[in-house]
Amino acid sequence: MASLTATRALAPIGTAGKLFAFGLDVGRNLFRRPFQTREFLQQAWFIASVTIIPTALVAIPFGAVIALQVGGLIKQFGAQSFTGSAAVLAVVREAGPIATSLLIAGAGGSAIAADLGARKIREELDAMMVLGIDPIQRLVVPRVLACMLVSVFLNGLVSVVGVAGGYVFNVVLQDGTPGAYLASFTALAQLPDLWQGMAKALVFGLIAAIVASYKGMNAAGGPKGVGDAVNESVVITFMLLFVVNFVMSAIYFQLVPPKTG
Amino acid sequence: MGVAIEVDDLSKSFGKQLIWGDVTLTVPPGEICVMLGPSGTGKSVFLKTLIGLLKPDKGSIVIEGTDIATCSEKELYEIRKLFGVLFQDGAMFGSMNLYDNVAFPLREHTRKSESEIRDIVMEKMDLVGLLGAEDKLPGEISGGMRKRAGLARALVLDPEIVLFDEPDSGLDPVRTAFLNQLIVDLNAQIDATFLIVTHDINTARTVPDNIGLLYHRHLAMFGPREMLLSSEEPVVRQFLNAQRVGPIGMSEEKDADELEAEKDQELPPLPPIPLQLDPSNGIPRRSQRPAGEWCRENGVTPPPGSFESANADVAAGV
Repeated sequence: MASLTATRALAPIGTAGKLFAFGLDVGRNLFRRPFQTREFLQQAWFIASVTIIPTALVAIPFGAVIALQVGGLIKQFGAQSFTGSAAVLAVVREAGPIATSLLIAGAGGSAIAADLGARKIREELDAMMVLGIDPIQRLVVPRVLACMLVSVFLNGLVSVVGVAGGYVFNVVLQDGTPGAYLASFTALAQLPDLWQGMAKALVFGLIAAIVASYKGMNAAGGPKGVGDAVNESVVITFMLLFVVNFVMSAIYFQLVPPKTG
Repeated sequence: MGVAIEVDDLSKSFGKQLIWGDVTLTVPPGEICVMLGPSGTGKSVFLKTLIGLLKPDKGSIVIEGTDIATCSEKELYEIRKLFGVLFQDGAMFGSMNLYDNVAFPLREHTRKSESEIRDIVMEKMDLVGLLGAEDKLPGEISGGMRKRAGLARALVLDPEIVLFDEPDSGLDPVRTAFLNQLIVDLNAQIDATFLIVTHDINTARTVPDNIGLLYHRHLAMFGPREMLLSSEEPVVRQFLNAQRVGPIGMSEEKDADELEAEKDQELPPLPPIPLQLDPSNGIPRRSQRPAGEWCRENGVTPPPGSFESANADVAAGV
């Protein structure tokens, strides 16, 4: 009885451990030749094609909301000249990576989980192993790398579209001055902000792809199992990404002191 | 020439549920074996354990001196190159057409040129009667064609051991007959070790050299075809003759009451043992034994009318 309770209580730790072990497997296979260039390019193209448009559409209101919030707040402080700077800071540091993570997990990750899950239940993965090919090296590694690459690009896209959206909102609707908006860009923001945004996106892409691949490759129980795997992979990725985002932001503030105007 | 698979004291369970235990058998090299069993007795699990897709709880599976149950991942991938496996639904890669599917193992494991690959792929496609369908995607063809395509892919690396997971499920009787003939012809041609997992008794009665029966979480019997077909052992007899009377019930095994009620029921006589399926060129396979040899050697009188026709002729439902 006690052992049963212990088994139940420890089950989540076991799952986390398996996920981590899977991540290590992927890491080890990263360096195994031959590298699957074709699969990598195909996957990168595929993930980009399912995420670019939603990302751009999400980024516009994201930038606008930030401009709205920050614009109102900053007017109360009487520091309108810093509107542009605040918007850049918010978009590049937080909104960019967060929007990217939502899209990568929601669109890219679910597609990966569904694809691998369907292959799993059709026994394609078994067939591949029996043919002497490791699916992690053949299928998962290219997907993980593709996901990381695309999320870095998406982060750039969100930053550009978000800042542009904020600009339009601020200048057209909030009567801000274009000059002040653009000129204050560098007042508070600095180059490391951009690097940390890209680093975050890279890590988010990695986590999203590993969770999605893990869930997909362990799908069981027919078509319903694939649906469950997709669902779980999206939920787990979201939770992980928000936690990791917090941790990375905290570390960043320790490492890079905020610029003092 | 095929290689032997030596299975010793193998057990597998999922969680607390034992699937089967203490399975010990040797699949002789170059022969055709059939593994039978009622639905849900873990036949497919057995097959997957043999290729190392599932790890057994205990026991060993030795192939050419390597124990699949304990060897490293690297050795496992190496030993799997000896295998060709036909999965239940063919397990074709959905994103590739049939040609690329069949060519896939060659492209991954050999340094052959595209023209050499083309020759081999076309030869195998011809063997399974799929010439002209190379450009089709697996989603566009029927289940029987997918199976045959899966067989072509399994054969492309000239395997020493070929495993078939229910080659006859979902096929009509004619296609099943053709597929069985194909299996026998292939064995005559490549001399590999064949292991077929099925619950089609027609296949089991006419195709193999040896039959094994998994029942009630253990291997009930494994031996030459004639031994099992002439066996009086209740489980073997019931299953191989598709009868209701016997220890196997609708769900797992029958309870004591049901068995008691059947006690005085007279068992129907064993049907005649059919002739084994010959290769289509008429030359017996290397591992094929003359009809009735085992019965003569072991002093067993086969049921009357045996070895007269190749018709499996099971009186179903008696």
